[in-house]
Amino acid sequence: MVQPLNRLKESPSQTAGPYVHIGCVPNFLGIEGVFDSDLGKTMVNDETRGQRIAITGRVIDGTGTPLKDALLEIWQADSNGLYNSPSETRGGADPNFAGWGRQPTDLKSGVFRFDTIKPGRVPFTDGRMQAPHVNFWIVARGINLGLNTRMYFADEAEANAEDPVLARIEHRVRVQTLLAEPTDDGYRFDIHLQGDNETIFFDI
Amino acid sequence: MRNATYETGAFFVRDRSWHPKAYTPDYKTSVTRSPQKALLSLENTVSEITGPVFGHDILGEKDNDLIYNFARPGESAIGERIIVHGKVLDERGRGVPGVLVEFWQANAAGRYRHKNEGYMAPLDPNFGGCGRTITDDDGGYAFRTVKPGPYPWPNGVNDWRPAHIHFSIFGYGFAQRLITQMYFEGDPLIPLCPIVRTIADEAAIEQLVAPLDMASTVPMDARAYKFDIVLRGRRSTMFENRMEGN
Ligand SMILES: [Fe+3]
Repeated sequence: MVQPLNRLKESPSQTAGPYVHIGCVPNFLGIEGVFDSDLGKTMVNDETRGQRIAITGRVIDGTGTPLKDALLEIWQADSNGLYNSPSETRGGADPNFAGWGRQPTDLKSGVFRFDTIKPGRVPFTDGRMQAPHVNFWIVARGINLGLNTRMYFADEAEANAEDPVLARIEHRVRVQTLLAEPTDDGYRFDIHLQGDNETIFFDI
Repeated sequence: MRNATYETGAFFVRDRSWHPKAYTPDYKTSVTRSPQKALLSLENTVSEITGPVFGHDILGEKDNDLIYNFARPGESAIGERIIVHGKVLDERGRGVPGVLVEFWQANAAGRYRHKNEGYMAPLDPNFGGCGRTITDDDGGYAFRTVKPGPYPWPNGVNDWRPAHIHFSIFGYGFAQRLITQMYFEGDPLIPLCPIVRTIADEAAIEQLVAPLDMASTVPMDARAYKFDIVLRGRRSTMFENRMEGN
């Protein structure tokens, strides 16, 4: 026998279920008076630096039906490419931008919307710059372990072309599943859980 | 928060055989909501290593007391009063201080305060069903609530969820983000539940079952259940050569 490694196992995930709103966005659901406001609902204020954008989209299942009970979280750098996190070693991020947002999909339409800013570029592990991107985490009934993906900007062709993560995608036809298309007030990003357009999800 | 120097290493690779698979047909909703293509493996960049951290300023006085945080003045939620306590640890066994833990649950009758809820059991006017707290310097947390009831759900015609509390846990990195459920020791519904059984490994299921903890009860007030949660740990950065700027 040898010595044990003494490493613990990560707690296994369980689905967020259909009632995730109670715990994560209770005010959205109409449970008022417990928490002042829903965490992550508002990402920007008047002082936040950077270009305002709205990110809208849907999470679509294998039958083409949008999920109406999903919850999404995004995590992104500020306009200078710094994360507002104690683990950020490169400098202080914009104090008026937490970089984290949380939104449910609409209970009727299935549409989600984040009002945020366009992030700056952050480095890859080898120091090369990544293209601007927004990190997504998606949970819902029927999703056993939260799904990680990234949203890139379709109108950042030059940066996207040199992005080390996008470069790794073997099936080039799938790159477009990570690209958000410009709209009047921001970007449109639909997430497909299955099918020909299945979004690329990451094992991070 | 105590630790002045935050770790910045990459996380241990997630053991996806310990977690439930995405496609688990006995849990029917997963069939059309499970990605079918392989995940793209990505070593952690600064985007995954960093994550949001919350201060105590977000917390209200009764956020960790579900018996009173929705109740009318002078009233309280109906049910078996319990304390749920434990530690948030990382895979290296170290307490994770200063992280947000959120929880939600059905009331003592098994009914959720939710628009889409279809179970006939009664709502408790004094029970909202949500709470949150931030771990202390050792990674410890505690809250008071009533024991949730089991409830039926439309999957098989006679599927019942064991009593459970939903947990959402933040670490320091977005890659640590986790949602899971806590079950109660001795509940005969646990092995019957299709959602529990999305987890293949019996030992992994046991990791979600909280034991009764009679040493931590409050006499004449509440029994206690202990529930430790483990988040992904980080590799040591001591021997890693990282490029400038990361
Ligand atoms: Fe539940």
